[in-house]
Parts: sequence; C-alpha cells; structure tokens
Amino acid sequence: MDTSFAPEDMAFRDEVRAFFADAYDDELRARLQHPTEYREAIIDWQRRLYDKGWIAPGWPKEYGGAEWTPTQNFIYETERAAAGVRDVIPFGLKMVGPVIYTFGNDEQKARFLPRILRSEDWWCQGYSEPGAGSDLAALKTRADLDGDAYVVNGAKIWTTYAQHSDWIFCLVRTSNEGKKQQGISFLLIDMASEGVKVNPITTIDNHHSLNEVEFNNVRVPVANLIGEQDKGWTYAKALLAHERTSIAGVADSRRALAELRRFAEQEVNAGKRKIDDPLFQKRLSDIEIELMALEYTDLRVLASVAAGGAPGAESSLLKIKGTEIQQAIQGLRMDLAGYYQGVLPTDLDPQALGHEFGSSARQAYMYGRAATIYGGSNEVQKNIIAKAVLGL
Amino acid sequence: MNFDFSEEQVMLRDSVARFIQDDYSFDARRKIAASDTGMSAEHWQTFAELGWLSVPFAEEHGGFGGGPVDVMVMMEEFGKGMVLEPYFATVILFGGLLQRAGSTEQQATYIPRIVEGNCLGAFAFTERQSRYELADVKTTATPDGDGFVLNGEKVVVYNGANADTLIVAARTGGEQCDEDGISLFILDAGAAGIDRMSYALMDGQRAANLVFKDVRLPADALLGEKDKAYPVMSWVVLEACVALAAEGLGIMGQLNTKTLEYTKQREQFGVPIGSFQALQHRMVDTFMSYEQTKSLLYRAVCTLEKEDEDPARDIHALKVMLDRAGRHVHSEAIQLHGGMGLTDEMDIAHYAKRLMMINATFGDGDHHQAQFNALSFA
Ligand SMILES: Cc1cc2nc3c(=O)[nH]c(=O)nc-3n(C[C@H](O)[C@H](O)[C@H](O)COP(=O)(O)OP(=O)(O)OC[C@H]3O[C@@H](n4cnc5c(N)ncnc54)[C@H](O)[C@@H]3O)c2cc1C
Repeated sequence: MDTSFAPEDMAFRDEVRAFFADAYDDELRARLQHPTEYREAIIDWQRRLYDKGWIAPGWPKEYGGAEWTPTQNFIYETERAAAGVRDVIPFGLKMVGPVIYTFGNDEQKARFLPRILRSEDWWCQGYSEPGAGSDLAALKTRADLDGDAYVVNGAKIWTTYAQHSDWIFCLVRTSNEGKKQQGISFLLIDMASEGVKVNPITTIDNHHSLNEVEFNNVRVPVANLIGEQDKGWTYAKALLAHERTSIAGVADSRRALAELRRFAEQEVNAGKRKIDDPLFQKRLSDIEIELMALEYTDLRVLASVAAGGAPGAESSLLKIKGTEIQQAIQGLRMDLAGYYQGVLPTDLDPQALGHEFGSSARQAYMYGRAATIYGGSNEVQKNIIAKAVLGL
Repeated sequence: MNFDFSEEQVMLRDSVARFIQDDYSFDARRKIAASDTGMSAEHWQTFAELGWLSVPFAEEHGGFGGGPVDVMVMMEEFGKGMVLEPYFATVILFGGLLQRAGSTEQQATYIPRIVEGNCLGAFAFTERQSRYELADVKTTATPDGDGFVLNGEKVVVYNGANADTLIVAARTGGEQCDEDGISLFILDAGAAGIDRMSYALMDGQRAANLVFKDVRLPADALLGEKDKAYPVMSWVVLEACVALAAEGLGIMGQLNTKTLEYTKQREQFGVPIGSFQALQHRMVDTFMSYEQTKSLLYRAVCTLEKEDEDPARDIHALKVMLDRAGRHVHSEAIQLHGGMGLTDEMDIAHYAKRLMMINATFGDGDHHQAQFNALSFA
C-alpha cells in the first residue's frame, strides 16, 4: 500500500501545471463563457491538448492515445480541476472513440478516430428515447436494411449538444426477435443526412443543451454499423461502465468545495463570517469527509482497472456517491448565496448587483439535478449494485 | 379542539382555487412570467374585486379583518398556482407593516388603496452585506428641517420593479447591526433621487436594487416610532414566514400529487415505475415530509391566533422544517420525473424554484435553526 508520488510523477505534475498556466489563458477562459463563442473555443482548447499529445489519455498509443498510468490520470485530473480547466466534451473522446477502437473495423478506425482526436467532428449520444430511459433496451427507433443502407425511423430524446453535432452514435432496433437486448445495433449517423431534425429542449437552468432528434427515413450506409448487427447492446454496455467512472468528478468537487470556502469567507451575517458559523462548518465538513473517502474509492477502482480488472459495479458506487456530493455542494452554495440565489442573468454587472456567485449558484444547482438522472439514474445504479455485488 | 376551517375560510379557499383552475393554468402563468412586468394588472384587479387584497386588514379601512388562518388558506392556494402577482410583497409585507406601525392617517391613506388594487407596495430591507440579519442596516435617514434625507442602497427588493410605494428600513441612530436606531419610512417609489435597477428572479418575480441618493422625506413619511422599528419588523417578518410556509406547503402538496400521478402512469420495464418498491418508499417519505410541515404550520398558526403566546419558537421550527422538507420534496419530484423533471416546459422545476426562493426569504433553515437554538438553550 503506497500512494506517494514517484519523482517522475512529480515532474509530470509540474509539466501539467505549466501547460495549463500557459495554454488555458484568460482570453480562452473568456470565450468559453460566451454563449455564442463557446463551441469554437472548446474546439480550440481541445486542439491545444491534441498538439500537446494529451487529448486522449485513456486511448491506446496505437490509436493516438497517451496511455497514462492511473497515477498520471489522477495527477492530471487534480491539476485540471484545481486550475478551473474544463474537461473535454466526452461524446467523441470518452464514449464513441473507445467503442470504435474496440469494436469497429479498420476502415472505421481510420475514418473516425483521427477526426475525433483533432476535434474535427463533434459527436452526440443518441440512446434515450421518450419510451426508453432507464429501460434503455426498450428502444424503438428502427433501422431496416435496404440494399447497402439502413433506413432509420424514430426519435431520440435528451440528446446533449445535438444542435452542435456533426455525428450521432445511436442504438437502433434491427430485430424484434428474442430478448429485447438482442435486436439492438450500434450505428453512426451523419447529422447532415436528409431526414434528421433537431428540436431544442430548454432545461430548468434556462439553457439549451438538450434536444430531441427525429429520424425520418434517414439512409445510413451499412459501412456505419459498428461490429455485428444485433450486437450493439454489448458494445454499449462496455461503454456505459466507462462513462460512469469519469462521472465521480472527485477533482471538480474538490475545487467546488474550495470555492465554497472562499465564498463563505466573504459572506457575512450580523457581522460574523459564514465560514466561522458552526452549522455551516458542519455541513461543509460532512461533505468533505464523504469526498475524502470517495477520492480513495476512486483510486482503488483505478488501481484495480490498471491491474487488469474491468470497471464493473464499482463504477456504480462512484457515480452515486460522486453525484450526491456534487449536489450537496450545489445546495450549500445556494444557501451561501442567500437572497441572491434566485437571480437570473441580468445586464447588471456583479458590482451593481452586489453579488458575485448568486446566478451561477442557481445555474449549477438547477442543472445539477440532472447528474443523478443521466448516465444511468442513481436508482438504476443501486439496482446494479444490489444484483451484481450483493447478489440480491 | 379541532382543525376545521370555518365556512368563510372554505369559501375563501375555494374562490382562490377556482380562479387558479379557470384562469391560472401553467401556460397562462408562463405568459405572465414572460411579460415585461412579470405580473398581470388585470388579475390584480380581479384579486381586489374578489376581496382577496382586503383579507388581513381591519374593517375600518375596508378590510376583511381576517386572521392568520385566513391568510394561510389563501397562501396555500397561491402556492399551488405559483401566483406571480405580488400578494406577498404588497399585502403581507408592505400591508403588514402599515397595519402594525402606521399612524391612523397613514393607514387611512394607503390601506384602502391596497384593498382597491390601486397600490403595489414593496418592503425594502435587504442590503448587499446584510444577508438575513434584519438589524444590519447601513442605509441612513438623517434629520433635515422637519423631515429626513435618505441615503443608501437596498438589494433584491421583492416586487421592487413594479412597486409604486415603498417602505424602507433606514438607520436613524446606533451602529450598523444595532436593533435600536432603525426607522421605517413610507415613500413614493418614483421620488427624486431613487435609482431603480430591476431584474428577474428564477421564480418569475421582478426584484430591484434601489439606490437612494439624497432622497428628501417629509416628517410624515416616518412610519411608526423613530428608532424603534426593529420589533415591528421582526414581528411582521415572523407573520410573513408563516404565510410563506403556507405557500410552500401548497407547492409541496402539488409536487407530491404530480409525482405520484406521474409514477403511476410512466412505464419502464413494462410496468409503471410507481410499482417499484424502492420508489414507493421514497414517495412515502415525501408524503411524511408534507404532513410534518403541515403540522408545524398549523401549530404556528394556532399559536399566532392565541395572541398571548410568543410564536417565535414555533415559527423558527416551521421555517427549519420548510427548508428540510421542501428540499426533500422538490429533489425527489425532479428525480422521479427523470429527464422530464429537468425541462423548463414542465411545472415541476418551477415549483422547485419557488420553493428555493421561499426558503431563502427571511433566512434558510440553518439561519432559523440558530435562532431556535438561541431560544432553546439560552
Ligand atoms: C441533462 C441530461 C442530459 C442527458 N444527455 C443524454 C444524451 O446526451 N444522450 C442520451 O442518450 N441520453 C441523455 N440523457 C438521458 C438520460 O440518460 C435519461 O434521462 C435517463 O436514462 C433516465 O431516463 P428517463 O429520463 O426516461 O427516466 P425514467 O427511466 O422514466 O425514470 C424515472 C424515475 O424512475 C426511476 N426508475 C426507473 N426504473 C427504475 C427501477 N427499475 N427501479 C427504481 N427506480 C427506477 C428512475 O431512477 C427515475 O428516478 C440525458 C438526461 C439528462 C437529464
């Protein structure tokens, strides 16, 4: 048992710090906040990571990844969050990329992977449907073989960033025989195809990130099928476990807690700083203690994966605890904002408004409700643990 | 001993409920929220015609002479409809202060105007540094001839954007957080020297920051005794917390009812999700949160009705419960709706936002727990 860093790890940490300080500059930070510029700014940032060779730490080297050790990953994530650097958009780099290099054919790898690495294609995930959320295998969007193409009909919902996307990876029904998991295929669809329509959904934080995506007789070349027809469920399941490990968000929660401390030093009630209020201290330390534990749970899982284990039901634990902690922090941040927690974006600058973080607290709290729902809801994760770990 | 409503109270409740049923659908409300003022002047007139604006006021000023129970039954219904019109700001707060502190002339001037629907009021008390501390007042009113000059700033003033008349808490003596030395002033919101910056809050209401620069006030702008406003403000705030709790209870009830309906109808894995025992127990818990909040609300209202008992401890307890139970209920409502709960199009999240705003008004659960503790362990 040893979690101390080797000298080469320390050197890596210094390199990461120096890189963020240099490449994630103020100009970029400002553009990332801008409602119309953030898409291009994200792409710029991801290209800088690409140039550095750090865009895909988890990918195998033969596909352009960095193949970091768990320690390097841990260091990178810690430094990234501490510097307030945003994570990459996951849909291409963390979701469909690994599916393509694991289950795709050579032609697909050559066609899609370099473009994902260079952020030339923006991807979105088309799994959920109005009738198929937790029960994903109930999905109905059909893909019928017609010559050298599938004809796709149906609708996906809750598709994050579909409005920005060039491509969507979908689970579609190719057969109604046998168990419902058996007739599902994994299909890559060009968003520019005729018959694809994107309808925006406004969320409770007044933003537009979600969409409904309709498919009306969309022709998709057979060459865009990943692996074998009717085997898509297996590929998707492998990916879901992957998605959940990165959902713990320990490093980001650590940063959010630090920020909370800073705000609590500014907020004063009857002349007393909130940071000195015993009730506040208890709430803050309750969260921090959970987070300290989760950090090590995360490391334990990472170490076992590095030793050859597959991320299994442990990733469900990370997801549940990670999102509970995120929401607890968001709730406390609302409380700290006091009367200002309800403020919507306004033309008034923080100086005229009299407050720095009320509106962002509201936004984070409201959108933050989603974390216990997406990526497999926390109830579904508990079902997984009950079955797979406890044998119930 | 009984917890029944009088015939009049049932009629009052039903009249608000009917209005919401007929004229205040979620879509209708959405349109009002998106309008420039975030409220409907037409509805406000209806409130006047139906007598709702008169409920807590004394009969001599055209009021209905209602008590805490009457206010409670109305506020609960307003909560269910997420009514945007500034009943709370104008009738409960502004009107409450007039009732408790106003001179006979001031009451005779303003209360009939409120009752007739011709006055939109706001109580300006929060300052950028004050958080939930009512006595933290830096805005000053200094003597000037027989009147005063007002300087300072108030922030997040509820109904501040639409109010035509303000009651402002200002310091006429003492130090920043002293209870002594605070006075109330009633003035025209359009008076020279007031700079008003309006913005929307997440529950749809329009608030404002108000900057006062050498605003001249005549002697009769003083509302109540000079330097002695703190006890009056505290009392009105306590009463207002009970009204807010009633509104919150109405919301919690709606969230529970709607979530229950949704889980009966939403199917996954071939069955309604309400058939999963894991979710059933969660809904039992939110049901109990609702019932416990209702009990503390009734407890506080009964104490208020008795008039000779100090209601402070009951009301702090209620506000603590409202925080814990409100969060519990709204989080579960969103969670059990899945992705649907995250949409702006559904009412669920809007109820959640209003509950959060209610929670923040006059102090969240932690704030009231500290006050409860101070009374309990003194
Ligand atoms: C912000 C956001 C972004 C999203 N982004 C994407 C995306 O990019 N691509 C995509 O494909 N999808 C996306 N989703 C969809 C997400 O994966 C689904 O919302 C999720 O799977 C839940 O499905 P549902 O919304 O249909 O809820 P339902 O499945 O209807 O669930 C409703 C409630 O019932 C509970 N429940 C369901 N089954 C059980 C059970 N067996 N036992 C106990 N409780 C149960 C759930 O936990 C939940 O609380 C996103 C969702 C959100 C909110």
